[in-house]
Amino acid sequence: MSDLAPSRNPSAPGAAAPTRTPAPAPAPEDDPAFSGPLWRVALEGTTASLPFIVSVIPFGMLFGAVATAAGLDPLKAMVLTVSVIAGAAQFAFLELLTDQAPAIVAVVAALAVNLRMAMYSASLAPHIGKAPAWIRAIAGFFVVDQVYGLSMRRWAVIPQEPLPRKLAFYFGVALPMSTAWVICSALGLVAGGWIPEGLPIDFMPPAMFLAIVAPMIRGTANICAALAAVAASLALAWAPWNLGLIVAAAIGMGVGAAVELRLARRADETEAPR
Amino acid sequence: MITASDATLWASIAALGVCTYLIRWSFIGLAGGREFPDWAMRLLRYVPVTVLPAMVAPMVVWPRALDGETDPFRILAALTVLAVGMATGRLLLPIVSGIGLLLLLQALA
Repeated sequence: MSDLAPSRNPSAPGAAAPTRTPAPAPAPEDDPAFSGPLWRVALEGTTASLPFIVSVIPFGMLFGAVATAAGLDPLKAMVLTVSVIAGAAQFAFLELLTDQAPAIVAVVAALAVNLRMAMYSASLAPHIGKAPAWIRAIAGFFVVDQVYGLSMRRWAVIPQEPLPRKLAFYFGVALPMSTAWVICSALGLVAGGWIPEGLPIDFMPPAMFLAIVAPMIRGTANICAALAAVAASLALAWAPWNLGLIVAAAIGMGVGAAVELRLARRADETEAPR
Repeated sequence: MITASDATLWASIAALGVCTYLIRWSFIGLAGGREFPDWAMRLLRYVPVTVLPAMVAPMVVWPRALDGETDPFRILAALTVLAVGMATGRLLLPIVSGIGLLLLLQALA
């Protein structure tokens, strides 16, 4: 149920180190990843999102409870949660306002937390950038960690999936995830933060994100990129407003690309004499 | 307590909402199917494997729930999620294994 590997081996070329692997051959008509109704692809997305929806519940409720405790009225809290749909940024925003920081500081800090989404957007563009502008305008609204991660994870395995199917999967994840976030925020506003005592819920986002990304960390270049990003992120954890994350990711991306180029060059040199 | 005025709050919520949307829409919206240059594509390939782990690392090593105190159990559980995820390529199994291990270790300790 939780396995979204789209009837392909996850170690297929697309998921492997992206070093000069030839483009996957055009899929045969009977390949289940390329045929069948769109709603089934959307349903695959929804199924894949279920474990994440379960983990979003306590955070949505926590947000509602924190907002109430901070004295934010329900209408503002709901407008905030519907228009932003980003847990970390919303918490940062409330925390700073509660600490009497100037509103502009709270907004800028929350935006800094969301800056990683520009990277997600750039990385999604090659996959869904050819969709009509109005669809892209809607898709842009749902660039959330889980939606991005689950989509990229699928397209690492089947990069050549046709555009309508990519969109079906994307929205199949995005709509239930965002709806759950909004509903749970509302529940938290009404019911207060009901969170089982002693559960390490702070560990749930790391567990979710690691599970999403794990199969993509394959091959030397990806491993080096991930290790560099983690090391840089830990070294830059002191940086304000999560900006360390952006720098760390940029460093990791640079390392990955450099390793990829070097490996490709080495492969050329060993092949040349033959 | 939040003491900012109603108008300030509405303005900051609107600003946060609009700017967050623009950040998300940026490349998807403006690219319009244009091809990125090779060097950009090469860098972009590494977005998932860098942003997500870089975001997770400080959360695991200095958990806010413990006021930033390092907890070996959380680190062990995170490595378990990663290892099970890499080995099986599944989604729910690594999450359940990691959280299960953390709960088990906490119960035993």
